[in-house]
Amino acid sequence: MHIKWAALAETAGVSLAITLAVVTVFALGNLALSRREAAVEAGTGKGTPALVAAGLCFAACAAAVAYGISLIAAK
Amino acid sequence: MEHITFLVAVVIITALAFDFTNGFHDTANAMATSIATGALKPKVAVAIAAVLNFAGAFLSVKVATTISGGIVNEKAGLQPSIIFAALVGAILWNLLTWLKGLPSSSSHALYGGLIGATVVGAGIGGVNFTTVVSKILIPAVASPIIAGVASWGATKIAYLITGGTPKKSTEKGFRRGQIFSSSLISLAHGTNDAQKTMGIITLTLISAGQLHKGDGPPTWVIVSAGMAIALGTYMGGWRIIRSMGSGLADIRPPQGFASETAAATVILTSSHMGYGLSTTQVCSGGIMGAGLGGPSGKLRWGMVRRMAYTWGLTLPAAAAVSGLAALIADQGDWGVAVVGVALVLGAGSMWLISRRQPVHADNVNDSETVDLPVTGGPTGQTTIAA
Repeated sequence: MHIKWAALAETAGVSLAITLAVVTVFALGNLALSRREAAVEAGTGKGTPALVAAGLCFAACAAAVAYGISLIAAK
Repeated sequence: MEHITFLVAVVIITALAFDFTNGFHDTANAMATSIATGALKPKVAVAIAAVLNFAGAFLSVKVATTISGGIVNEKAGLQPSIIFAALVGAILWNLLTWLKGLPSSSSHALYGGLIGATVVGAGIGGVNFTTVVSKILIPAVASPIIAGVASWGATKIAYLITGGTPKKSTEKGFRRGQIFSSSLISLAHGTNDAQKTMGIITLTLISAGQLHKGDGPPTWVIVSAGMAIALGTYMGGWRIIRSMGSGLADIRPPQGFASETAAATVILTSSHMGYGLSTTQVCSGGIMGAGLGGPSGKLRWGMVRRMAYTWGLTLPAAAAVSGLAALIADQGDWGVAVVGVALVLGAGSMWLISRRQPVHADNVNDSETVDLPVTGGPTGQTTIAA
């Protein structure tokens, strides 16, 4: 019986890496967003840099989702 | 379509019925944690899942040209009676596990049914056991573990990064993220699972001479398969949603987001690599990982054990029921009618039993387990009783 262990390991590794990357980026965006809220509430500024950082993070996540959908559709 | 035989008509109806049970059995995969964390209201969640499952059915029909992906030998032409028997076993097993609130794989139920019916109808040589091992059994064991590890790591990271800020504002963000991650799972589910039904109907029509060999599914087949899975999804298998959302672990928004992201990634990566794995097992594995990686690190092991037993039983149980059904259905039209009546009676009685202790949108988050007397369903097994 021939089982493609390498393909299985690759699938596992890629899945793990993508999951960790997406969740890390999303969590950072989330963190930036709540920093901004805190800054606005404390009146220490508008928190614009934090807002931009959050936007970049969420855009990266959206790109990952779009790529995921393209994978489904291309099959 | 001048003369669709009795058997072909029965197979098409049964295939759509299976698609329907497939839908409501698997709503939980995408939506259980979103409902549990309050990211989506229960009714809204099942509506989104239904729409996306329907949309998913139109995204691709590539897999719809094969039923089994090489598990059984389709070259000789699958007899409609074998397909019918396979569907009966899969539907009954899906309903029994739904009644017990246990998420089992609809795909495994279908594969098990096909294996059982083929062994009885065409002999043991009709099943490619190498493919069964490499395409079903190994991914079945590996995929929940991979999803679990990914989800565990992602949960740890999510808490590590957002740990220093007030919970209230970050949880809001994770809830929003969950809407997207669970939607992606729904879409992928519609694409994968609706295609299985399309494949069954298409190949049945080909074997009946209504379509030419190699034809893709006609539009009415795509639409009806999409409708059936969407309707089933909208019914919301609330018993299973409860087990997965609150029965395995207490899930907070960061955990829900981590587990859904892990599940979506594993499903997309592996279907891209050609593994036909079970959405159910991947999502359950993700939730388990998120439970262990969360602040309390607790998992309800009793529920984990019950799920694992069910996963192990799905293939052989569906195969046994389908084998029996194939034996009877092979006797001719009256045999098909007997199996059809048995299916309706079995399904009806399980629905009636479920009415004794209904789970619906309003009480889905209330308690953690569904306790029912052992029903001794079609397979008569008691191992998964609470």
